[in-house]
Amino acid sequence: MIHVVKRKDMPLVQALAIRFGIIVFALVVCGVITALATGLNPIAVYGTMIQGSFGSPRKVWILLQQVALLLCVSLALTPAFRMKFWNLGGEGQVLAGGFAAAACMICLGDKLPNAALLAVMFVASIAAGALWAAIPAFFKAKFNTNETLFTLMMNYVAIQIVAYFVIVWENPKGSGTIGIINQKSEAGWLPVVGGNKYMLIVILVALLTIAMYVYLNYSKHGYELAVVGESPSTARYVGIKVDRVIVRTLILSGAICGFAGMLLVAGSAHTLTTSIAAGRGFTAVMVAWLAKFNPAVMVGSSFLLEFMGSGAGEIATTYGLNQSFGDILAGIILFFIIGTEFFITYRIVFSKKQKASEKEQGNV
Amino acid sequence: MFEFLVSFIPRAVVQGIPLLFGCTGEIVTEKSGNLNLGIPGVMYVGGICGVIGSFFYENSLSDPSLMNPALGILIPLVCCILGSLLMGLIYCFLTVTLRANQNVTGLAMTTFGVGLGNFFGGSLIKLVGSEIPSISLTATSNLFRATLPFAESLGWFGQIFLSYGFLAYVAIIIAVGASLLLNRTRVGLQLRAVGENPATADAAGINITRYKYVATCAGCIIAGLGGLYFVMDYANGIWANDAFGDRGWLAIALVIFTVWRPGVSIPASILFGGLYILHLFIPTGTDLAVKELYKMLPYVVTIVVLVITSTRNKRENQPPESLGLPYFRENR
Repeated sequence: MIHVVKRKDMPLVQALAIRFGIIVFALVVCGVITALATGLNPIAVYGTMIQGSFGSPRKVWILLQQVALLLCVSLALTPAFRMKFWNLGGEGQVLAGGFAAAACMICLGDKLPNAALLAVMFVASIAAGALWAAIPAFFKAKFNTNETLFTLMMNYVAIQIVAYFVIVWENPKGSGTIGIINQKSEAGWLPVVGGNKYMLIVILVALLTIAMYVYLNYSKHGYELAVVGESPSTARYVGIKVDRVIVRTLILSGAICGFAGMLLVAGSAHTLTTSIAAGRGFTAVMVAWLAKFNPAVMVGSSFLLEFMGSGAGEIATTYGLNQSFGDILAGIILFFIIGTEFFITYRIVFSKKQKASEKEQGNV
Repeated sequence: MFEFLVSFIPRAVVQGIPLLFGCTGEIVTEKSGNLNLGIPGVMYVGGICGVIGSFFYENSLSDPSLMNPALGILIPLVCCILGSLLMGLIYCFLTVTLRANQNVTGLAMTTFGVGLGNFFGGSLIKLVGSEIPSISLTATSNLFRATLPFAESLGWFGQIFLSYGFLAYVAIIIAVGASLLLNRTRVGLQLRAVGENPATADAAGINITRYKYVATCAGCIIAGLGGLYFVMDYANGIWANDAFGDRGWLAIALVIFTVWRPGVSIPASILFGGLYILHLFIPTGTDLAVKELYKMLPYVVTIVVLVITSTRNKRENQPPESLGLPYFRENR
């Protein structure tokens, strides 16, 4: 009989090595599938993917910026996930933050000096993101409302609110888009640091990663939310106010999502559309989970997924394939990684062997 | 007013049927304790598999009018069922056998399924080399859209009740069947037990793994049919990438709205279908922006229902107790 038992904690290095191995294996499988589905040479396809991500300094910077933005959303979701609060509303919270930032840029763009405007945008966007996450958190804390479904629905409410304002703020009228906001004055645009327009976002997110690592591992808050995640009744017993921890953590989670929204609007896109979050709210769930909610490892996992995305874009243009091919590859790789977790958490024991070894012991 | 209803209801119904398929499938799945967030992906896969099947069948004939009607329906149907079954098996293998996290697996399935649909859709479009980015399967679609010959002569009655293709009635039959199965049979009782408390069900001698596999795969097949209905019937056999939109998520919203009851999902899906297109019927004049706010309605209504059911705390209106949790016999 086959029998499954839980492992004691596997050393992190070993677990990471297994995951890295499976990613390489999954990439090989993807190569075979690529060859079968399209008749292309898989090695050439991977060459193109690397070319697409690292081909020129500009491409590297764009990749870094994309990694930073995805990492920012993943960091935002992490405290909630550690608390076992499934915040699938990242998409909506990013959009809420982006919307607030765009609103400030449009309404206050010519009324405030740039530094003050940026400060107002910062406050407004984190407040909007926090509000969007606090609503489901409040109901979870108060009535134990299912947060997975609630946060999911909040995404679409945010999308429709943005769709409404995109039409209200249409520029030029009838185009159906807002266009680049404050193109002439550049009011509310994030400043260019170090002569590179991608640099600031990367630096900000790097700082945020460190801050989140410290918050989760070395602060009282981080400890409390881990206890609530493991067992709410234990948390209550030791005097942690579970309701407050849930709402507080989600406000933090939503605020960072809102900040990501501001980075998107003020730092890279300079416009607002309903698809500005581009599925990051969902991709970030996978990024955070792949890294086992460890901010340092998340750098790697968000890099992997963004690399797949930008590489697939390059394949699409080079071979005339469809952009969606990257989604298929990402899906396959994720399936492999998800499946591997089992072998890291559990051990398969063949009980025949066990009996034999018991007998041996008996003989001795 | 009456004329408005006669024109509005059929449109709400055709919008609602894909949601009904997705919702029934997800209810059956969730009753086994599996929260399958891959349903949007599964519906894409169901749609594209049907399209691929009928595309090659139509193109193997010199003239689409030579098509054998039985094969013309069976081929896409079987392809759709196989495709969605495969998705269901992937999900089950990962979450039930390997006990992976259901949310992550589901989201990965959605990424994968939507990607698969758009990739093969795009490839077929390239194969045809048409100028418009879509594939048109008119002959197959006509088979799926065939209505009773005397339906047209029955006036408003025919329009409201008989103007749909056969898959619409299949959707309603499946929903009624699922309702009876869950509430009136031993199998349904055991399935609900698995979703509520797998440890107790296990102790009572129910095979947890088998119930979860069968329920989730059946759920995926039902949801996949929704994708097929959307392409073949609603969209007149025209596949365009991303045309299906976020209907899969709306189907998941509908599960909450119906408080996990397939019987309720029949009127509820038509209501959601109506809410989805309500903005087309409301005279807002030149103010296009307000229409966008009307599109929010289905989601807001879902949130309100979710909150009300959780505050009422009525036991029969709650999500299955172990929804989203993997079951491991040796965990305490």
